[in-house]
Amino acid sequence: MNIVVCLKQVPDSTQVKVDPKTGTLIRAGVPSILNPYDHYALERALEIKAKTGAALAVLCMGPAQAAAVIRLALALGADKGVLLSDRAFAGSDTWATSYALSQAIKKLGKTDLIICGQMAIDGDTAQTGPGIAFHLNIAQLTFCTAVDSDGKKVTVRKLIDGGHQTMETALPALVTTTMPYDYKARYPSFLGAFHAQEKPMQTWTAKDVDADPKKLGLEGSPTRVGRIFPPPARAKGEVFNGSPAELASKIVDILKKESILK
Amino acid sequence: MITIGSNCIGCTKCVRVCPFGALSMVDKKAVVNSACTLCGACVPECPVKCISMPAKATPAADNSAYRGVWAFMEVINGGIRPVGYELLSKGRELADTLGEELCAVVIGDNMTPFFAEISSYGADKIYSLNGPSYKEYNTDIFSHAMIELIKKHKPSTVLYPSTYVGRDLAPRVAAEIHVGLTADCTGLSVNAERNLVQTRPAFGGNIMADILTPNHRPQMATVRPNVMKKVVLRAGSNAVVVNEVIPLSANAGRVKILSKHIDDVHSLDKLDEAEVIISGGRGMKNSSGFALLKELSEGLGGAVGASRAAVDLGFMPKDRQVGQSGVTVRPKLYVACGISGAVQHIVGMEASDTIIAVNKDPQAPIFNVCKFGIVGDAHQILPRVIEEVKKNK
Repeated sequence: MNIVVCLKQVPDSTQVKVDPKTGTLIRAGVPSILNPYDHYALERALEIKAKTGAALAVLCMGPAQAAAVIRLALALGADKGVLLSDRAFAGSDTWATSYALSQAIKKLGKTDLIICGQMAIDGDTAQTGPGIAFHLNIAQLTFCTAVDSDGKKVTVRKLIDGGHQTMETALPALVTTTMPYDYKARYPSFLGAFHAQEKPMQTWTAKDVDADPKKLGLEGSPTRVGRIFPPPARAKGEVFNGSPAELASKIVDILKKESILK
Repeated sequence: MITIGSNCIGCTKCVRVCPFGALSMVDKKAVVNSACTLCGACVPECPVKCISMPAKATPAADNSAYRGVWAFMEVINGGIRPVGYELLSKGRELADTLGEELCAVVIGDNMTPFFAEISSYGADKIYSLNGPSYKEYNTDIFSHAMIELIKKHKPSTVLYPSTYVGRDLAPRVAAEIHVGLTADCTGLSVNAERNLVQTRPAFGGNIMADILTPNHRPQMATVRPNVMKKVVLRAGSNAVVVNEVIPLSANAGRVKILSKHIDDVHSLDKLDEAEVIISGGRGMKNSSGFALLKELSEGLGGAVGASRAAVDLGFMPKDRQVGQSGVTVRPKLYVACGISGAVQHIVGMEASDTIIAVNKDPQAPIFNVCKFGIVGDAHQILPRVIEEVKKNK
């Protein structure tokens, strides 16, 4: 069985701050990390690899420095990595990104199972996974917390409103994973990192994956960013100071005034 | 991506304003990388005007054949999920601005009893796909049906709920018909060029972006429950019902549901439907801080929420998280205790009718959002409030 996991390198958005004066993002010193949803997807793929002996390739689209997340995946146990990098991809929205990734997956050869993180924390769209599934004309199973495969079919535990369901489909298929709240990412051992140095890693351009330039970058992207602006400032409410007892009775007054309490 | 002229003076102003980190300094000159989204934020910043946007490659497409604003009505437990009515209410506004029809798309089994209610939210027309094969949501069946309906009737705009169903369906449809899709919109309006302006938090909610889809139709967007307001417009009116029959997708049977498990949660405790939410952040310090919040919420008949910081620290489970990467809520009363008020949190609760913030730090950004700010320690204040609430019962 051949498994592909798609990875994205993202700025750690928990560490991004906004300049209160200019409303712009302060990015200096913000580290780049492997998108946590993809990290979770990769660990699920490694489990299946351990069980079935599947070959595991990781694929990442991004600038040259994004190779760092591929090296991390190789150190964790992936067999080979491909960085999809080309100026032609710049300005790609989720449509063009999923097209480019699907072209790279086609070039990787026969693929049975694709696992993607549900979304990237710098975009929060959750659209690229289903897009890849369409371009490859395969089934999609989204928002899954568990993935299992025997090489012929894939079984998932998928979140639904108020619960979950177990679903199954024959391979090939694409699964997107969400994380349980208590998920702690696993990091590679020294030995893993050492062996990763010998694993194959390639960089492919748009031409290498036979991508139609009209379907890439800005030209292939239906959406445009019209305007970027800081969240609107709001009218300041009333602020109260005082002793805990005074403030508590103030809250009770407000609750009564707002008809929450009688 | 943008072009930087050779007259760059190396002032670094553009690097600082780029929301995507696509600009950096190399040999004292600004350099752009592929993270550039052409948002244009850097262009007016350059003191020597050396940054230029690429020339517009394609002339504007003729979109006049596409008319009508659609809302996809998600069916849950045999009924219409309320977010559908929120989409219709917003859709009515957009349809009026555009001078187009508002249509509800109902794909389900035996949904006719709900058509009167759908009409009351202003729908002019209901496209109905009815049958036992539509009883349970299935990606292949529903996306095929939506695509066929869109091809046949050519709407200008299609709105979906940002739910497990909507976020599975909409991207598959958008990919197949090659149109734009904007996730989790917090604002929707129509501009002078009749394009849908889709406003959404970007970059983990640190900044807002307007997204446009100028040359593709339909324009598609997802909206979370509780973001738009429901407005009953025409009680007692009847939308025109168009019964559609579409051959089932050839892939209808490829994915099977083996079992379904619904967690038994008390309905009062459901975050997205609660009328009163008592939320806590890092400032609640520990799980016993949250016990106070639970006691207060029980006294007021509400639910307990949490900020991302509190969830990350393990005080509360992830499904209690309010905000950009959690649930969006719109209760009558939202009490934020020990929450500093990161933008990611605020976008998930700002539509609440009344917001009370309790925080020790008078500089906390949450005080810029709330109607009533209480500067003090929630651990000392809340026990007294709980006592009063109990007396009042």
